[in-house]
Amino acid sequence: MTRLQESLWVEEAATKSTLSGSSERYTIPSRVNLYRIPWLRAMLESRWPQFLARAVTLIGFVFTLAAALFGSRVGNHNFAIIMVWIAWWTTLKLGFIPFGGRSWCSICPIPLPGDWLQQGGILDKGSHKNGFNLRWPKSLRGSWLQSGGFLLIGLFSAVTLTDPQVTGWVLLALFALAVGMSLVFEHRAFCSYICPIGGFSGMYAKAAPMEVRVVDKEICANHRDKSCYHACPWGLYPLAMKDSSACGLCMECLRACPKDNLALNLRPYGSDLGGHISSSRLDETFLALTMLGSALAFSAVFVGPWGWLKLSAFEIGSQPWVAYATGFLALNLLFLPALFSLCVWSWKKISQNRLPLKRLVASHAQGLLPLGLMSWIAFTISFALPKLTLVLGVLNDPFGWGWHILNATNTSRSLDVSGFSPLLQVILLMIGIFWSTRVTMKLSKSDGKHNFPSNMPVLVFYLVYSIGMLWLLIG
Amino acid sequence: MIKEWLARGVIILGLAMVISIPAANLWQQSQGIVMHARMAETGGWTPENLTIAVGKPLHLRLTSDDVTHGFAVGQLDQPAVDINPGEMSDITLVFSKPGKYTFYCTRWCSVNHWRMRGTIEVTGPIDKAEPAKSPLYVRLGLNIDADHKASLTPLQLPSAWRGALLNQNIPETYKSHDYYLSHTPLDLWLALSSEPVLKKLSDQDVWDLAAWVWQSNTTPEEVQAGKQLFTANCAACHGESGAGNGVFADQLAVGSGNKALNQTMGEQTQCPANFTDALRMLSASPAHLQGKIIRGGMGTGMPSWGAIFTEDQTWALVAYLWTFQFQIEVYP
Repeated sequence: MTRLQESLWVEEAATKSTLSGSSERYTIPSRVNLYRIPWLRAMLESRWPQFLARAVTLIGFVFTLAAALFGSRVGNHNFAIIMVWIAWWTTLKLGFIPFGGRSWCSICPIPLPGDWLQQGGILDKGSHKNGFNLRWPKSLRGSWLQSGGFLLIGLFSAVTLTDPQVTGWVLLALFALAVGMSLVFEHRAFCSYICPIGGFSGMYAKAAPMEVRVVDKEICANHRDKSCYHACPWGLYPLAMKDSSACGLCMECLRACPKDNLALNLRPYGSDLGGHISSSRLDETFLALTMLGSALAFSAVFVGPWGWLKLSAFEIGSQPWVAYATGFLALNLLFLPALFSLCVWSWKKISQNRLPLKRLVASHAQGLLPLGLMSWIAFTISFALPKLTLVLGVLNDPFGWGWHILNATNTSRSLDVSGFSPLLQVILLMIGIFWSTRVTMKLSKSDGKHNFPSNMPVLVFYLVYSIGMLWLLIG
Repeated sequence: MIKEWLARGVIILGLAMVISIPAANLWQQSQGIVMHARMAETGGWTPENLTIAVGKPLHLRLTSDDVTHGFAVGQLDQPAVDINPGEMSDITLVFSKPGKYTFYCTRWCSVNHWRMRGTIEVTGPIDKAEPAKSPLYVRLGLNIDADHKASLTPLQLPSAWRGALLNQNIPETYKSHDYYLSHTPLDLWLALSSEPVLKKLSDQDVWDLAAWVWQSNTTPEEVQAGKQLFTANCAACHGESGAGNGVFADQLAVGSGNKALNQTMGEQTQCPANFTDALRMLSASPAHLQGKIIRGGMGTGMPSWGAIFTEDQTWALVAYLWTFQFQIEVYP
């Protein structure tokens, strides 16, 4: 087994394997194949551990819906609000994504009934049995809809995050949509093209340290059946995977491959970033910018001291809200894209790059991902960490009906993060800047030009953005 | 196949549990009464009207859907219960007399806090029909809505202890409780001024005497009780200083300008009364004041307290109101 290269900055990962037949077949530099670890392999090969985890999330989801629709109207005393927007969001941003990439998708309850209906069974991965199995329209592919979905969430977030009934209806709608789409379209159309969470999870998965990849490409070349492709509920062909953004880490391909040629790799951070310029898409750029803009907006509204801003975000339909919505959309649709494009254009002019601006903007978006990931982690620390004590309260009395499941009495203390939180956020955003800078450098290097000063415009963008976030979060 | 059914079993069992337990609880709740409290603007009490037989215990579970509220029943000697948002409070009420009771909110939750009321109909045999006694102002034939202005006012705040020190012989008629209830301080001053025995006293001295007579008709305990009631129920609009400048005064004053335009109920709210205004207070009798408290202001924003306070409590409030006009000792 290869020793993991601990340095964060090792991004030149060689994914080419050595020749088959040799004893080094399963060793790839800078990758640790977790599937080789016996107890982990046993847990992943058996369908039960994953199934039980999914059962827990599904049952928890249904309970959440019940609490949302029938429980107390007071947000911070309702299981749904606290467990979804505080607990689950924190584990997503601080656990699942930074350590596992798109790993939440592996146990997410929302597409499960749809999957089961498609397969005609719960446990075993059968082939497609029910539903129309239509292809997702080509014009709707990409992450545009997911960006739009996230912006929609942002417009109504103040109410969704505080009113249990609204949360309940939104979750129910997503649930119904996922099931419906599973019966019409092939594979996980909802997860791949609609779900906003999947959108940014996948995007940030490119920077995350976990991946599923083929071990030896030669073996795949000689394999006719392509059992991995048939097993994949996401419709992916593992051999052709360029990055981890579309893979939901469900492990079906690992189980299906008769040649044991698939690996679950632990890899250095940012492995999918900084690659060839042509590998980026404009829709991902837009999603990356949307996530950055939303982090700013959410920090201002939810963590900021401006009562009038919170009120205008809350009173949907009123004039102040229209102003807020306009500002929010302008920030995400106009201001940030324009600013970023300007920075890339400056870089293009300085480095005398001949490629079209659109292509350059698309590829430079890769540099936005580390910044975005760190910004969202920082925001989550400000927003959710102090509220974690509410989790105890709603576990004790999920519906606000006077239950005392845990016999807990005083559950209203707040976690005081004012000591370590600002320092932590500064560190996180600094990591974000440096890491993004690194990716940008790598991008320009792959283009041939190894010029630090020419990257300044884009780096200035990172710096200005980070300063903005820091000011909002701790300033 | 067995594994598949086992998996299905796990899912079905889990779902059954998380659905049935809340459902059972919900059903159980519907067997009792869960009272949801909301600010008056967004619904008030739900349910608003309850019925119970006399002598039977009424179990209520109370929860708030927005801010902290409180629950108490008017004219019933039971301490108020706080209702916290997202939490459940319990109260059990037993009524010994049939009739219609009013329950109300006891925590200032909004400018319309006093509108948060509901009724409890207590059914039972009525022993003998007690004819309801009409309030004093009705029996006296007072028009408590008529404009009234004192023709003259003291230069200084009259002081009851100075009046006591004067050690004058005040005719008995003026010292009676009935006189106090049905006459204004100005009436008393005019009457005292025209008494030959008190001719040599200055105007201010006579005011002090009037203050002393007024105080003699109340007890320190009564005034203290009045103060507590005032602080809890009246100060939010009338101000702790009684000057009509409480925290909600601005919102109530909005309606004043539109008296002619807004004929719809409740939109003619006015600035709360200023109890430090001698022109108005000295030309009002205790009966007049009590009438205003009991009946309310007919859309001016002044609540009607008749169903909430007992008669003793209203007289205690009136006794406290005089402390804004006369220096009457109020003990802590």
